[in-house]
Amino acid sequence: MTANDILQVGLFLAVLLLLVKPVGNYMALVFADAPNRVTRFGGRAERGIYRLCGIRPDEDMGWKRYALAMLLFNVLGLLAVYLLQRVQQWLPLNPQHFAAVSPDSAMNTAISFASNTNWQGYGGESTMSYLTQMLGLAVQNFLSAATGIAVLVAVVRGFARRGAKAIGNFWVDLTRSTLYVLVPLSLLMSLLLVSQGVVQNFKPYVDVPVAQATSYTETVKDAAGHPQKDAAGHEMTRDVPVVTQTLPMGPAASQIAIKHLGTNGGGFFNANSAHPYENPTPFSNFIEMLAIFLIPAGLCYTFGRMVGDRRQGWAILATMLLIFVPLTLGLVAAEQAGNPALHGLAVDAHASALQAGGNMEGKETRFGIASSGLFAAITTAASCGAVNAMHDSLTPLGGLVPMWLMQLGEVVFGGVGSGLYGMLAFAVVAVFIAGLMVGRTPEYLGKKIEAHEMKMASLAVLLPCALVVICTAVAVLLPAGVAGVANPGAHGFSEILYAVSSASNNNGSAFGGLSANTPFWNVLLGLCMFLARFPLAIAMLAMAGSLAAKRHVPESAGTLPTHTPLFVALLACVVIVVGALTFLPALALGPIVESLLSATGH
Amino acid sequence: MSKLLRPSLVLLLVLTAVTGVLYPLAVTGLAQLIFPRQANGSLVEKDGKPVGSALIGQAFTEPKYFWGRPSATAPNAYNAGASSGSNLGPTNPALAEAARQRIVALRRADPGNEAPVPVDLVTASGSGLDPQISPAAAQYQAARVARARGLDMAQVRALVARYTSGRQFGVLGEPRVNVLQLNLALDAMPAGSVPGRDAR
Repeated sequence: MTANDILQVGLFLAVLLLLVKPVGNYMALVFADAPNRVTRFGGRAERGIYRLCGIRPDEDMGWKRYALAMLLFNVLGLLAVYLLQRVQQWLPLNPQHFAAVSPDSAMNTAISFASNTNWQGYGGESTMSYLTQMLGLAVQNFLSAATGIAVLVAVVRGFARRGAKAIGNFWVDLTRSTLYVLVPLSLLMSLLLVSQGVVQNFKPYVDVPVAQATSYTETVKDAAGHPQKDAAGHEMTRDVPVVTQTLPMGPAASQIAIKHLGTNGGGFFNANSAHPYENPTPFSNFIEMLAIFLIPAGLCYTFGRMVGDRRQGWAILATMLLIFVPLTLGLVAAEQAGNPALHGLAVDAHASALQAGGNMEGKETRFGIASSGLFAAITTAASCGAVNAMHDSLTPLGGLVPMWLMQLGEVVFGGVGSGLYGMLAFAVVAVFIAGLMVGRTPEYLGKKIEAHEMKMASLAVLLPCALVVICTAVAVLLPAGVAGVANPGAHGFSEILYAVSSASNNNGSAFGGLSANTPFWNVLLGLCMFLARFPLAIAMLAMAGSLAAKRHVPESAGTLPTHTPLFVALLACVVIVVGALTFLPALALGPIVESLLSATGH
Repeated sequence: MSKLLRPSLVLLLVLTAVTGVLYPLAVTGLAQLIFPRQANGSLVEKDGKPVGSALIGQAFTEPKYFWGRPSATAPNAYNAGASSGSNLGPTNPALAEAARQRIVALRRADPGNEAPVPVDLVTASGSGLDPQISPAAAQYQAARVARARGLDMAQVRALVARYTSGRQFGVLGEPRVNVLQLNLALDAMPAGSVPGRDAR
């Protein structure tokens, strides 16, 4: 690793930590029960919306009603995205005249965006009309993120309230997440991105003449699409001249801003944040990375404030960093070390003042190793899934890190809201394990953890694990699953494992070689994304409902303090042990064996 | 359930209007007002007509031009309508074979240059549209371009320096050279005014 690699990682962490408190404080005001200067500012607009929708903002919902509202709202959103894709050919703002999306792909994409996964089986610039991107995809970027924040706030209320029957009002939490948090931050970020060169317009694609004409060879096909053969039986080919380049356009910046802030990750263009119009400069890259962690990190502080003990929030954040930083440095080091397969060739891959060196396959020159490696770790630690380098071409160990960060359950920062409620499930498991060691009923934040809470926490922890392991097995056993694989050997297995891990943890990034836009993959991954998102959220709301009803247990000499370095280490260990025990066997068959083969020159 | 249906539907419509219509329109309006060049694709113009974008690379294969990063877009390199990387895994034999062929092509265009090739010139970029190469990659090609155009090395180096950017704010990203802008500037150099044409 070079000094600059470490400097870039350090600078990112420093800026992030500076922003945690202001952002966390602001969100604590947004979701406070009592009116305050923030909620009064938008009060009139908010009340107007509630009146229009027939919402009584003072209605306090029990966990079942809260969960039902959440589910209903998201299923309606999902159906809207599906319909938009199926009829986009008849709707306006489709200057490239894209046809309707196929039913399986449209279903997959609708679940994908509603579940905050944003897995993409399609290429944005060649499939979706501007209208579909704006009214369908961009809207779900906001609403799925707002749903995550709303559920988290309700779960935290479960810990904070005492002897209460209700955990808040879903409509109010959703509306406030959108209007007070996501929209203002996205506006600011869009303009920063445009200043760096991200496009934002409604123009058709621009044709430009190229400076040097080139040509490519294609096979000649007959009317039925079959290759034509000459008299000798060889496929006939012809040279096609290339004299123009078609530059894609569109309202990209507004969608990219929320794609990062909402840990969505679905790109406007196919190459996602590797595309120069989606991420043009190292500074735009820095903003995009920061935006992924901003709300998940800030929510840790919000959580601390809402439960009345800020140290609890810092302890959770410290746990996340304890897992994140070493894995990130490992990823950057693996990429900087380069690809042994090129060692025998006359290639200069050493880092110097004139080049980044290292493994540059699938990476952009402006990002080099540090900005690409850090991005890859951030996007998979959080359940964002945007990429600025092709993860399929990462070195074996460099690719192991993002895969494992997802498999840890997307709790190291994780998705907005969902990452923290996932981590709180792990915290409940951690105090339970500590309680077993000393033979006491475990407590967390002054609430007794009993059988019901443990069942819900275990469900939340184990559901994604089970989905990954079972669905990977299904995919490698069926010809339709293996058919999509692009790379030979162990790496092909990694592609499948990565895809299922990504969908089952609502991440959305991919080892892009896998051809996943087939009915089999669209259905399998669609199922994974749905089950990983909604049952898990409902389990956490059920836990919140029972916690809210409990009395507060005063701290005693036997209480395990949960703000200390000891608890931080314990919690990190629980997360890592669950992730390692579940996935090491599978990882051994993919990236680990590939790394051993690669090191010995195979 | 039925009591939740109206809030679900109407709130979905209202928030769709806010986040799907008002928000992108507001961003478009502000962007077109404050940053019109960037918002419309950072186009490079010649005689008032766009000839490319400063952010989107183009394919160059002739010795007189600087070559950009290898591009894996289909069906042709630098197809801006279908951005894509190669997605070749690190141990895929096709990856090493592609790199070997690129080294052969570079050396055929520049006989006698036996220096090791900077890694960014033999590996495909993530987007397939990378507008830039490393300064090392520009340095590697400078002598070839100068020879093919009959230019002084000093002139070519000066031009390369003009289209080189350092790390942003001294820290972020990597130093890089914009290939399209550099090549357009080379093409724009008046042929008659070139000293040292027969210096090779």
